[in-house]
Amino acid sequence: MKAASFLYELPEDLNTALQLLNSSDIDVLPLAGGQSLMPMMNFRVSQPDLLVDLNKIDSLKKIDSDSNSIKIGSMVKYSDMEKSDLIKEKIPLINNVIPFVAHSAIRNRGTIGGSIALADPAAEFPSLLVSLDATIELMNIKGTREVKSEDFFTGIFETDRKTNELVTSINIPINKSPKKFGFYEITRRHGDYAMAGAFVTTDGDKKEFSNSRVVLFAVSTKPLRIIDIEVFLNGNLLNDVSVQENAIDIINGYEFEGDLHNDTEAKKTYAKVSLKRALGELNG
Amino acid sequence: MTGPRFDFDKPGKYIGQPTKRGDTKRLLRGRGKYVDDLTLPRMLHAAFLRSPVAHGKILSIDITEAKKVNGVIRIFKGSDFIDVVKPYVGVLSHLAGLRSPPQMPIAIDRVLWQGEPVAMVVATSRAIAEDAVSLIEMDLEELPAATNMETALDKEEPIIHSEYDSNLSWERTVDVGDVEEVYKRDDVTIVEKQFRFGRHTGVPLEARSIIANYDPSENQLDVYYSGQAPHMMQNIYSKHLNIPEENVRVISQDVGGAFGIKIHTYGDEFAATAVAKIMERPIKFIADRYESFMTDIHARDHVVNGKMAVSKDGKILAIEFSDITGIGPFSMYPRTSAIEANQILNLTGGPYVVPNYRANSRVVFQNKNMMCQYRAVGHPVAMAICDGLVEEAAAAINMDSVELRKLNLIKDNAYPTTTASGLKLDDLSHHKAINKLVEMMDYEKLKDENNKLRNEGVHRGIGFVSMIEITNPSPAFYGVGGAHIASQDGATIRLGAGGGIHVSSSVTEQGQGTNAILAQIAADVFGVNIDMVQVTTGDTKTTPYGGGAWASRGAGIGGEAVYLAAEALKDQVLDIASVMLQSKPEDLNISDGNVVDIGSDDNRISLSDLARTVYYRGNELPSDMPLELIATRHYRVTDMPFVFTNAAMAAHIELDVETGIIKVLNFWAVEDCGRVINPMLVDEQIRGGVVQGIGSALYEECLYSDEGQLLNVTLADYLVPMAAEMPEIHVAHIETPTKTSVLGAKGAGEAGTGGAPAAIINAVNNALRPLGVTNFQIPMTPNRMLETLKAANFK
Ligand SMILES: Cc1cc2nc3c(=O)[nH]c(=O)nc-3n(C[C@H](O)[C@H](O)[C@H](O)COP(=O)(O)OP(=O)(O)OC[C@H]3O[C@@H](n4cnc5c(N)ncnc54)[C@H](O)[C@@H]3O)c2cc1C
Repeated sequence: MKAASFLYELPEDLNTALQLLNSSDIDVLPLAGGQSLMPMMNFRVSQPDLLVDLNKIDSLKKIDSDSNSIKIGSMVKYSDMEKSDLIKEKIPLINNVIPFVAHSAIRNRGTIGGSIALADPAAEFPSLLVSLDATIELMNIKGTREVKSEDFFTGIFETDRKTNELVTSINIPINKSPKKFGFYEITRRHGDYAMAGAFVTTDGDKKEFSNSRVVLFAVSTKPLRIIDIEVFLNGNLLNDVSVQENAIDIINGYEFEGDLHNDTEAKKTYAKVSLKRALGELNG
Repeated sequence: MTGPRFDFDKPGKYIGQPTKRGDTKRLLRGRGKYVDDLTLPRMLHAAFLRSPVAHGKILSIDITEAKKVNGVIRIFKGSDFIDVVKPYVGVLSHLAGLRSPPQMPIAIDRVLWQGEPVAMVVATSRAIAEDAVSLIEMDLEELPAATNMETALDKEEPIIHSEYDSNLSWERTVDVGDVEEVYKRDDVTIVEKQFRFGRHTGVPLEARSIIANYDPSENQLDVYYSGQAPHMMQNIYSKHLNIPEENVRVISQDVGGAFGIKIHTYGDEFAATAVAKIMERPIKFIADRYESFMTDIHARDHVVNGKMAVSKDGKILAIEFSDITGIGPFSMYPRTSAIEANQILNLTGGPYVVPNYRANSRVVFQNKNMMCQYRAVGHPVAMAICDGLVEEAAAAINMDSVELRKLNLIKDNAYPTTTASGLKLDDLSHHKAINKLVEMMDYEKLKDENNKLRNEGVHRGIGFVSMIEITNPSPAFYGVGGAHIASQDGATIRLGAGGGIHVSSSVTEQGQGTNAILAQIAADVFGVNIDMVQVTTGDTKTTPYGGGAWASRGAGIGGEAVYLAAEALKDQVLDIASVMLQSKPEDLNISDGNVVDIGSDDNRISLSDLARTVYYRGNELPSDMPLELIATRHYRVTDMPFVFTNAAMAAHIELDVETGIIKVLNFWAVEDCGRVINPMLVDEQIRGGVVQGIGSALYEECLYSDEGQLLNVTLADYLVPMAAEMPEIHVAHIETPTKTSVLGAKGAGEAGTGGAPAAIINAVNNALRPLGVTNFQIPMTPNRMLETLKAANFK
């Protein structure tokens, strides 16, 4: 398939990009790594009138931190994050997860902003960010606003972003004592979108679950934060197997959509197994 | 019987050596010459509107809006081809009773499968052609479809072709001995299983591609074609477009994989070629991935009910099965869609002594994409049925399955012999192969390890297969049935003025390294450095006439022709040299590009000096001296219908019982393809084949809705095996040269694909049996494994 015809702009600064994005009479889409957008255009699922390529906007490519948070520009590529010592030091979970996102050729182009703007429910980063309680910064020609990652993702390929807004950066809080993380995903082939996956985070300086977050992905229309499980876990010992088992049983109360290869029951099994193994990672 | 020649037993300078391929540098540097790399003057691009439904009546096709698109030159419908294309029918006379109606490139009045072309846009670019396709308005009345092959023969199902009484295309039964008598005995153990093989397809890296160009001034059709059998296509275009065969040239330069996908008559390619003739302009059609999934031939899709009877002491007494397979609405032209079923009937049980054998296969029409020959046609199904039952039987009588195999495999010294189904076999080595395999993998240790781990909740299994593979076919495959498909191949070798040689051969290269082994044989036999050998394949105008690439025949048939031509050219050179050097030809030899004295190896004259004398200074030679420095030889297998190879393979897997995911830990293959010309290329053929076999066993499946809609048309949804999941594949060889040729080479192209699925299925069931369950449906997806494991008994 070949893409339908479209116009193309390659602005060198954020303002021009936002101006271009502000047209109301034509369909405009930002282009980041193109790893998802280009195939969608070739399949003619997406037929924008104008593509605004963000690859020359250097201000979106920075990784900064202060004592409270780390800020990752939307045009930072997976491969840049992979190489960042700052990220490795402050939030090692990100580094643990990146090898599970596609393959290095795709990570050399794919961006964090693209991934969260796309909001594929099977993608790692949207759920990862929810589990880290990250904030998404959005900008249009009028100004900037911030949205909690939990509120940002609204459905399958749907977010709180308005069409004239760009995702400009992602802010991830850094805790005084680093968080403990558990992550597990089930795939048939390395680099595939997951059949199910789970993130568990909890305060790093305690033997019990505290301020825990449990987020499942690839089993719902968006990152699935399960507060019931968090509440159940908090206060219990991290390594108590029966607590883990009871936490996993809470998933029985949820219904999951099947997909082309997996029925609803299998999906539930995968959700439970990934949570079980993520909890296991926490202690490993 | 002509051979083999045992002086090849010790590796020569090139034959038997892991010589590097000459073309890899070029391909890795992006200098490949694939069809899509080519642009001809005045060339136009084609895109197709395809049927969105499995069965429907075309009420109208409105092209008004589509025609308005800037850059659209012409739009064709099915009826536009009636006067141009003679319909084609996919039957062969030796498959008695096979029926299939005539086909045309583009649907007329009725669509019979989702993906069938219904209109073709010709435009100045593919993108524009696609713009126009989306503007064609088609009014369809959807008709009831027969999509499920298992019910396609039921009375209630719509009959796809009203001229027939049912959706049956072909049926064959083989009945040897008396299976019923065996079942009556009270000292036999009978095992029965249902096997289900998913539909899958070849997924070559380079999709189907064609550029057809017609020159009316010479009535000449040139077709650049990504394919396996240029001469076959030459004949087809000639016959069905009414152009003399001599005026059709088919050129297949670099081909990025084929696997049997690129050896059939596809409507879209045929339409592109016909339109080139109509418009007198070059037309390019490159299938995209979406079209490839929807329209490249699919394969397998068999449901088999199998049964085996063994005696208490482990002798196979009977094998019985019934098979049903759905082939789409037509039998594919020209090779037909009945060959796979026929192979299954012929091959099942082939490695073993099987005294009683009864088998039936029904090939049915359905409203889905067409099925036809894909790498290792029928083999994976045949081997999985027999060796799946072998392992079931062994478990039932509490015997190790390797022991049961050894009891029943045809003895290595029992050849020539005939299988239950009547196939002639010779020069096989099942016992040597399985003995070597068991030793290589340290079977006993592995078994112990598995048993220990099982107690710790780790579920591992080992599975075997002993197999045969059809290679080097004689005319018995297609020619006898009336198909214009050559089973002989030819090679021409010419000495150049620079002292190098040029080989042109009718077998073809799809990336497997055929050209490399042809060069090795020529260099070795003729006596030059391999850098001095150029090879041309894939051009009906410049190569001898022959079959191309199918049924693992490149080395065994194409290679033998090169061997014969190299010997003949050598004779010519030595005759001329003997006159120039005043020696006897039998006292001379060619070595390293020079004519030398036999024995002392002293240089007498270089090949370039000899060639220059002949080409430029003929006055120095006697006037009655023959000047030929070019020789052509053809070769076909005459003594046997097919030259079989054998292999023993084993897989070691681990089943994650929580997720149903199967990990292949290790794979071993011991294979006997006769003379190994290039061990590196043979190993890679085996490994690549094994990977494809693992793909079918664990990942690949064309999924259709009940309505006949293909649901996975991208590489994100149709899973192919990827490197990260593949195990180490250990390969070893037994070399039992075939007596049918001098080189003694058999084929090696399909063994991996044919054997690996059975080994994987058996390994998974080896892990499952202690849990009290089995599963014989592939691909073994996590979801299917979870289903199976529901009934598991975890102690
Ligand atoms: C073979 C393959 C395997 C993959 N596997 C995985 C996987 O396992 N896990 C996973 O998470 N992903 C996977 N991906 C997707 C990959 O990670 C995507 O590239 C990524 O999710 C999108 O990033 P991108 O930079 O390429 O965005 P693009 O494709 O350029 O854009 C995606 C969408 O986001 C919009 N967009 C981009 N940037 C912005 C912005 N700054 N502001 C607003 N909107 C924006 C675009 O308009 C477009 O609609 C895979 C992709 C491929 C091709």
